[in-house]
Amino acid sequence: MQNTAVGPVEQLRAPSAPKERRRTRKQFTLGKLLAWLVLAGLAILWLAPLAWMISTSLKTPQDLFGYNWIPNPVAWANYIDAFSFGMWGRWGINTFVITIISMTGVIFSSAMVAYSFARLRWRARDQVFKLVLATMMLPSVVTLIPQFILFAKLPAFGLQGSAVWVNTFLPLTVPAFTANAFYIFLLRQFMRGIPMELTEAAKIDGASEFRVWRSIIIPLSKPALAAIAIFAFQGAWQDFMGPLIYLQSERLYTLQIGLRQYEFAFGGSPAWNWLMAASLIVMLPVLLIFLAFQRYFIEGVTITGMGGR
Amino acid sequence: MTTLATPPQHPKRTWWTKSRRDELNGWLFVLPWLLGLIVFTAGPMLFSLYAGFTRYNITTAPEWIGLQNYQAIVQDDFFWKALYNTFWMVIVKTPLVLLLSLGIALLLNVEMPGEKFFRSIIYFPNVLSGIAAVFLWKWILAPNGLFNRGLEFFGISGPGWFVDPTWTKPGMVIMGMWWIGGGILIYLAALKGIPRALYEAAELDGATQWRRTLHITLPLLTPAIFFEIVTNIIGTFQIFTTAYVLSGTDAATGGPGQSMLFYVLYLYNRAFGRVGPAGFQMGYASALAWILFVIILLITLIQLALANRWVYYESEG
Repeated sequence: MQNTAVGPVEQLRAPSAPKERRRTRKQFTLGKLLAWLVLAGLAILWLAPLAWMISTSLKTPQDLFGYNWIPNPVAWANYIDAFSFGMWGRWGINTFVITIISMTGVIFSSAMVAYSFARLRWRARDQVFKLVLATMMLPSVVTLIPQFILFAKLPAFGLQGSAVWVNTFLPLTVPAFTANAFYIFLLRQFMRGIPMELTEAAKIDGASEFRVWRSIIIPLSKPALAAIAIFAFQGAWQDFMGPLIYLQSERLYTLQIGLRQYEFAFGGSPAWNWLMAASLIVMLPVLLIFLAFQRYFIEGVTITGMGGR
Repeated sequence: MTTLATPPQHPKRTWWTKSRRDELNGWLFVLPWLLGLIVFTAGPMLFSLYAGFTRYNITTAPEWIGLQNYQAIVQDDFFWKALYNTFWMVIVKTPLVLLLSLGIALLLNVEMPGEKFFRSIIYFPNVLSGIAAVFLWKWILAPNGLFNRGLEFFGISGPGWFVDPTWTKPGMVIMGMWWIGGGILIYLAALKGIPRALYEAAELDGATQWRRTLHITLPLLTPAIFFEIVTNIIGTFQIFTTAYVLSGTDAATGGPGQSMLFYVLYLYNRAFGRVGPAGFQMGYASALAWILFVIILLITLIQLALANRWVYYESEG
């Protein structure tokens, strides 16, 4: 699909435009000005919801239904009050634990599988890879119910106080260790770009495939692994359906499930200022990671075609 | 895995050849995925195919009832409502998303100061997939919310969006536009990949900007457009979190007037006994899941079959 003849670093970049693009005349035209103005307008529209969220999170209940962007007065206390009920500390730790474990699992397993497709020669390889690609199109809803049944039967031997996997973190973490088709695809594209000579030399010196993978391929794949890490983080941190289905005890909730309490706590009408304050705090890690690693997000999307939603 | 260390030279061994070793290594490295495919995908899928023909509440053994679930589904008003809502969303949202994201991608492709900044701004909502963002839009599209306030400037008195059954789905479409950044990046990558020389040649031949867009840009974008349409439709068929959160306390019935009863939400409600008979209804829900799977599969196959009529593939070079 993508050009694989280029080096690994260039490859993570968006499929590269030919160099000649650079010499386009940097000329000011009316068309460009119009395009710029439309985009600037769109950028404002796109940022407005976030700005409104911040604004709402700092409003007092009296101020809530006014349309002022600057809260008057600024109710910093919302950020304390919003977390004054519920087990937020606990939920934060739960979310963190689930996210770290599933991230680690999906990164390592996907890197292993991708290595096989990218750099090992075996007979059924290309057919099996096509199967991986086919599963990318499989709607997850078909496995939803039978997976729940499976996890309701698998014994957890009292882990987290549960006899079965349901109501433990296991259903949310263990499947991550079986790799993810999108990540396999991204990593395979990347690993194919690493020069063969680098690994052939090690193999002649007697290194096993596992050592080659561990000591040469993994360190050289860091940019692609970073892209996957942030996608995996974002997915696990914000997963809603999984925790909703599998976590029943309040002490096991994640932040996403915790946010729901504002909805039901006030008889159908949420305390919007608190809800927005809590939502912002829950979103914050994802926003910060996006700000810090935008490049990886954008290049990762381009290669795998993952649109996010 | 470390036991795989392969000694450098064993020329005497004829059965343990390099190609056999490669074969073994190949399979060993794909093992994690293969196990997952069997345990978490293929196995469960086969079981749910069977479960669709049973009455099954998890605690007691599945009871074979033949086609009864499927017969009941055909007569189930909720099922038709859910199917209607889901198709409504697919039919209305897909073309709108396509047009808007193509348009914005074309704008972002213009070289100008700040193009990277604009690209990041348009993309950032895509990293916010959790329910926090859904709550935010529920607040913005509240009857007296920010969006309706904006409409007032144009002299339009905005509807009740997520409280008025006729406006819930349009509300979800508006909200969905915040998340088109992912598709835009795909189009943008495809646009950047179009060789400059093609445009220059057309310019020399005197083709106008409009003709160049129509006869060079669009044909070369069709593979990306096709990919986006296929994946967007698959995604839209599986709307859950948004509908669940927006309908709030009414999630069991699918929001006001069941207007947000989308297929997967209904499936969830059935499976976990929130509607219909009490307790888990895994047999019924499995049948529902398979019907949706077949619908998605058929639609994807039809699209694949139609693809070579309009998708332009450059010859392999």
